[in-house]
Amino acid sequence: MKLQLTEEQADRQAHFREFADSEIAPHADRHDREERLSNEVIAKLAEQGCLGAMLSEAYDGHQMDAVSFGLVNEEIGRACTAARGLLTVQNMVVQSLERWGSDAQKAQWLPDLAAGRKIAGFALTEPEHGSDAGNIQTQAERDGNSFLVTGHKKWISYGQIADVFLLFARIDGQVSALLLERETDGLSIEPMKGILGARGSMLAELHLHRCAIPETNLVGNVGFGLVPVAFTALDVGRYSIAWGCVGLAQGCLDSSIKYTKSRKQFGTRLRDQQLIKRMIADMMVDIAAARLVCYQAGLLSETDDRDALKNMMIAKYVASNMAVRVAGAAVQVHGANGYSRDYPVERFYRDAKIGQMIEGSNEMLQLMISRYGYKK
Amino acid sequence: MSDTKERIREFLSQHIRDNGYRDDDDLFAKGYVNSLFAMELVLFVEKEFALTVENADLDPDNFRSVDAIAGLIGRKTTPETVE
Repeated sequence: MKLQLTEEQADRQAHFREFADSEIAPHADRHDREERLSNEVIAKLAEQGCLGAMLSEAYDGHQMDAVSFGLVNEEIGRACTAARGLLTVQNMVVQSLERWGSDAQKAQWLPDLAAGRKIAGFALTEPEHGSDAGNIQTQAERDGNSFLVTGHKKWISYGQIADVFLLFARIDGQVSALLLERETDGLSIEPMKGILGARGSMLAELHLHRCAIPETNLVGNVGFGLVPVAFTALDVGRYSIAWGCVGLAQGCLDSSIKYTKSRKQFGTRLRDQQLIKRMIADMMVDIAAARLVCYQAGLLSETDDRDALKNMMIAKYVASNMAVRVAGAAVQVHGANGYSRDYPVERFYRDAKIGQMIEGSNEMLQLMISRYGYKK
Repeated sequence: MSDTKERIREFLSQHIRDNGYRDDDDLFAKGYVNSLFAMELVLFVEKEFALTVENADLDPDNFRSVDAIAGLIGRKTTPETVE
């Protein structure tokens, strides 16, 4: 076994590190305060190929390998969780559509999504059904060559600006996937404000009242929407979030090292105080371990290993829990300063929490991971 | 076909404790299939039999029983007759 980046992967990592520092990080605080991602950052992410990162070149994608995609998520996540969230959602929908969409759907949507001309939303969660996704209540009723869809979706990242949603609804009682366009009559989009972290994610609630969706917008077949259309998307999402959490934690560590080099207490710099050294070491070890798990998930995914699905879950579980621990430690290292907007760790601390809840709460992942333990 | 069914049963046995089902039993109706297992099943069919499950194959009826899964695999791995 050899764990070493290829030259191309290392170049890409260096490129995106510089890109994140110069083009994303300077806007992160503004994204948080204004609760929206700036158009110029969205355009730059698209220019850099982040929005169709793993999509094949046939659809104008950048066809990155899984490890490269992970590294991009780490670097963007180190700068701004909301920006990384756009990568997550866009690539979830893009990859699921490439895998399970019809030729016409792929031709219509994928080049525009990869170029950032269109933004995608993933509309699964409902007010009363988060983890319990199999029991969603949004209904799609057949009406000639269309479905009339009525329901309520909530917590939809980038729902405020999405042009198209990969929407999950019940057709004949079975969960199925449909493409819902923003301009559809009967759809109203309500922005969600005042959330704890990842505030630039432009969350929205979707209210659907007899929205007519052509049957040609069905993704997969009736009754096979949750599996595998949603699972393909969630798999990408978990991987993206896992690496994003590694990036967030790295941002916390970077800030803590910088701060403890200059801050003095008791006449000596914090970096020279043993309990601070211990906290820095623990952060480093925690990040290194999670990063390795993410590498493993990426490598298994590249080789189509049967354990890839499990390891994506493990990576998200490990990395998101790690990010919460590291962000908490970073605030502690910064003392009261870490509790203020003067330092990015305050934002990282708030942003870290959501990683434990999305694309499968960590409790749901524990249940699913444990099933592998009981496999014969 | 019998080898195909044997490989399917072997996979199912890793996930289903009760091995008292028949090849034509509806695995969905018996409550064996949760979302994770269904995804694993699709991936198993693709990897074990070196084929691609496509959009049009995403029909629950193709995965409902050992017979149905074997039928799907047979259709996807047997070259169509050219007349």
